[in-house]
Amino acid sequence: MHPIRKKRLTIVLFLVVGIAIAVGLITYALRQNINLFYDPTEIAAGNAPVDTRIRAGGMVEAGSVVRDTESLIVNFRVTDFAASVPVQYEGILPDLFAEGQGVVAMGRLNEQGLFVADQVLAKHDENYMPPEVAEALERSSKGQHKAVNAEKAAESATY
Amino acid sequence: MWQFFHKLGSPKWFFGIATRFMPWLLAAGLLLLAAGIVWGLGFAPKDYLQGNSYRIIFIHVPTAFIAQSIYIMMASAAVVTLVWRMKLADVFVKAIAPVGLVLTFLSLFTGAVWGKPTWGTWWVWDARLTSMLILLFLYGGAIALDRAIADEKSAARAVAVLLLVGVVNIPIIQYSVEWWNTLHQPSTFKLTEKPSMPAEMWVPLLLSVLGLYLLFGWLACLRMKTEILIREQKTRWVKELVLAGRG
Amino acid sequence: MAFDSFSAFLAMEGHGPYVWACYGVFAILLGGLMIWSRRRHRSVLAECRRRYQQQDQRANKGQTKTAATFTRVEVSQE
Repeated sequence: MHPIRKKRLTIVLFLVVGIAIAVGLITYALRQNINLFYDPTEIAAGNAPVDTRIRAGGMVEAGSVVRDTESLIVNFRVTDFAASVPVQYEGILPDLFAEGQGVVAMGRLNEQGLFVADQVLAKHDENYMPPEVAEALERSSKGQHKAVNAEKAAESATY
Repeated sequence: MWQFFHKLGSPKWFFGIATRFMPWLLAAGLLLLAAGIVWGLGFAPKDYLQGNSYRIIFIHVPTAFIAQSIYIMMASAAVVTLVWRMKLADVFVKAIAPVGLVLTFLSLFTGAVWGKPTWGTWWVWDARLTSMLILLFLYGGAIALDRAIADEKSAARAVAVLLLVGVVNIPIIQYSVEWWNTLHQPSTFKLTEKPSMPAEMWVPLLLSVLGLYLLFGWLACLRMKTEILIREQKTRWVKELVLAGRG
Repeated sequence: MAFDSFSAFLAMEGHGPYVWACYGVFAILLGGLMIWSRRRHRSVLAECRRRYQQQDQRANKGQTKTAATFTRVEVSQE
């Protein structure tokens, strides 16, 4: 290669590597702000600020959803299978909301450790499958018990 | 190898090759894209969780994937522009930037429309969505910068530097779902693992990705030919070609 | 076919508006970009051809007419 071109190529490489390092450091320093939500473990450990608008994310704990009969208030627990946080929300939940499904709730953590949410978003994973396959999987892995539970959850989610 | 590389830089040679390949690219691209979309919309099974709204994936993933790979191609061409000062590299960047802009917009739009029934929101400022929005601005910025500078050579170099600065955004888009907590789910397709969806879902998706790739190839050839006509119109070979009706 | 009827295909169990909006915008923008690029190529091509023909005509005229004449000068608009 021509020496001038070699020199230009070195400059270009330095430019790209330099910017990559700079951006890497910036995103590392800002990682807490780039994270969309706090895990239940972080909230339980007291890392999340109290009475500030934050997001909490995790799985809806199985059997924890309690719907108020008079109003639209729903209570449930969000878990990451290491710790869990009680959440209260008033409003209409997204279609995908169900026990065992991922959610991201936006709201404030109060002094008692209850997370009062004003918005609940559903989070799904990267797995896609036809309904029949999902049913068969459910039956083979957890037995009939879980399938019945899922049906109940689906029923309660319809209204 | 270097000889081939320099031949690739000859606009005349490229013009001939592009003219020969374009009908095939168009026909195969339209066929594959139509097959993937018809299969995905009407014949693939619905998803157990999301129902039929997941059918948006058959255009969301192709547009997002190709929007990113166009950027990688443009950044590679930017290196060629800066190091070898090859004319055709700049023609390539200028011709495909609007295609990248449109595809990035489409991936953001289809993602927003998909997010409403599944997540419950059109938009959330998570790392994946935000870095994809930055990609849209990078495309817009590159196009605007090119138009703002009158001198062709200075414009090409300025755009090349901007593209190289922005290339750091590509791994951020790719790994955002793994490095940080996001609402967007991780990738369904990984190089090392089997896709986490059954074949009757990923085969139509693969078809539409390939089809859109070929259509991008057609668009790139066509738009590069237009750009070459504009730039090389004073040359003898372009005059002969145009008067012979082989444009 | 994953649907029982054409109306079920259009409705997509309530997700129809979302799915069809996406596919509609996709078709319009991609098709629009393809047609616009093709038209632009054609117009650039026609423009080049016109200019070359003019050049050739002028060159021919220059050969046949030797004496100076007071003909109207064509002013190019570009």
